[in-house]
Amino acid sequence: MQIHVSDSNGTPFYQQVVSQIKLLAASGRLEPGEQLPPVRKLAEQLLINPNTVARAYRELEAEGVVTARRGAGVFIADGGSPLSRREKNKRLNDRIDGLLAEATQLGFDLDALLRLVEQRGRTFTSQQGE
Amino acid sequence: MSTPVIEIQHLTRRFGKQTALNDVTLTVPASGVFGLVGENGAGKSTLLKHVLGLLRAEQGSVRVFGLDPVADPASVLGQIGYLSEDRDMPDWMRVGALMSYTSAFFPAWDQSFADELRQMFDLDPKQKVGSLSRGQRARIGLLLALAHRPPLLLLDEPSSGLDPVVRRDILGAIIRTVADEGRTVLFSSHLLDEVQRVSDHVAMLHRGQLVLSQPLDDVLQAHHRLVVRFSEPRDTAPQLAGALRCEGSGREWTVICNGHRDEIEAQIAAGNGEVIERSAPSLDEIFVARVNG
Repeated sequence: MQIHVSDSNGTPFYQQVVSQIKLLAASGRLEPGEQLPPVRKLAEQLLINPNTVARAYRELEAEGVVTARRGAGVFIADGGSPLSRREKNKRLNDRIDGLLAEATQLGFDLDALLRLVEQRGRTFTSQQGE
Repeated sequence: MSTPVIEIQHLTRRFGKQTALNDVTLTVPASGVFGLVGENGAGKSTLLKHVLGLLRAEQGSVRVFGLDPVADPASVLGQIGYLSEDRDMPDWMRVGALMSYTSAFFPAWDQSFADELRQMFDLDPKQKVGSLSRGQRARIGLLLALAHRPPLLLLDEPSSGLDPVVRRDILGAIIRTVADEGRTVLFSSHLLDEVQRVSDHVAMLHRGQLVLSQPLDDVLQAHHRLVVRFSEPRDTAPQLAGALRCEGSGREWTVICNGHRDEIEAQIAAGNGEVIERSAPSLDEIFVARVNG
């Protein structure tokens, strides 16, 4: 599992781990049922505090991205996250607002942005199919 | 809660007219990584020397595992693995001889772990300590501190002057040590990015005084960075009550604050400024803001 944390941005390390594992799961690089490295191992690999990794795993479990099996380890959950529709929408809406703000700033109108999203979407889908 | 590993109460230390530590009260909880930060000369090494019993508390008290390290050095030092800042080791000894010499002081010395570390660090048992490179010298020092699997690992500026590869070894050793249930690491550093990576708890010393001692997450969450844009260019920093530091030029200024965000934003709005970015500062920025203002 290839993830990287950076101390140059202000995002807490556990959030960086959470978002990267989510991305790997969403893009299919981590498959349902696949085991994540033990806390200690990932901490040594990333050179961050083991409690930070444990916290990221707890967060991912609370969000339904992974399941922890006692004594066996932490695994990518089947069938995506059990979040409510409203929560899912809210989560994406926050990201979309940020994207819209940035696009406006850079001089893209809504149509141009939508075309870009479609284009990226096709690349994403074809990569997933590999 | 279990008993703290280190309890320091009102510790003051003077060297001549210099006050190295000024009424420092500090508790290091059991298990986890405790990062002690401060500029050179802030009093970090003096504090660690009191923990080791190398300096006697003239005013105040120091307890390590509930014991006075000066009165009961054998019981305290047997539980500590220590890497000193100047890595003072007998230069004339060979690596292998230094290992067996050191093992004699520690009943809990784990020879197979020591050998494993020696291979991992690529240390030649026949090489003289005095001819080791700076990085290899740090590694043998680290090995000697780790090989008796101490409940408390004490590292004084472990990374200073070392290349990134050796620094990785040192951070890795810190992480492995705390990953073992119940063990504690106290390390001093002026490399704030390293402290932010591995610490659970952070304490800041400035000119002998304790500026803060808190869980790292609390420190990071309590501080904010605001980027502010004013309607007119300014020659001087805006005076914002409650802000720790305000830096910039012209129309854009960066404000670091500890809480009080709403009050500060209200003052900014009243001064014809607009907050254009809100983010989390790094430990490095927090440190500079706290000690330099």
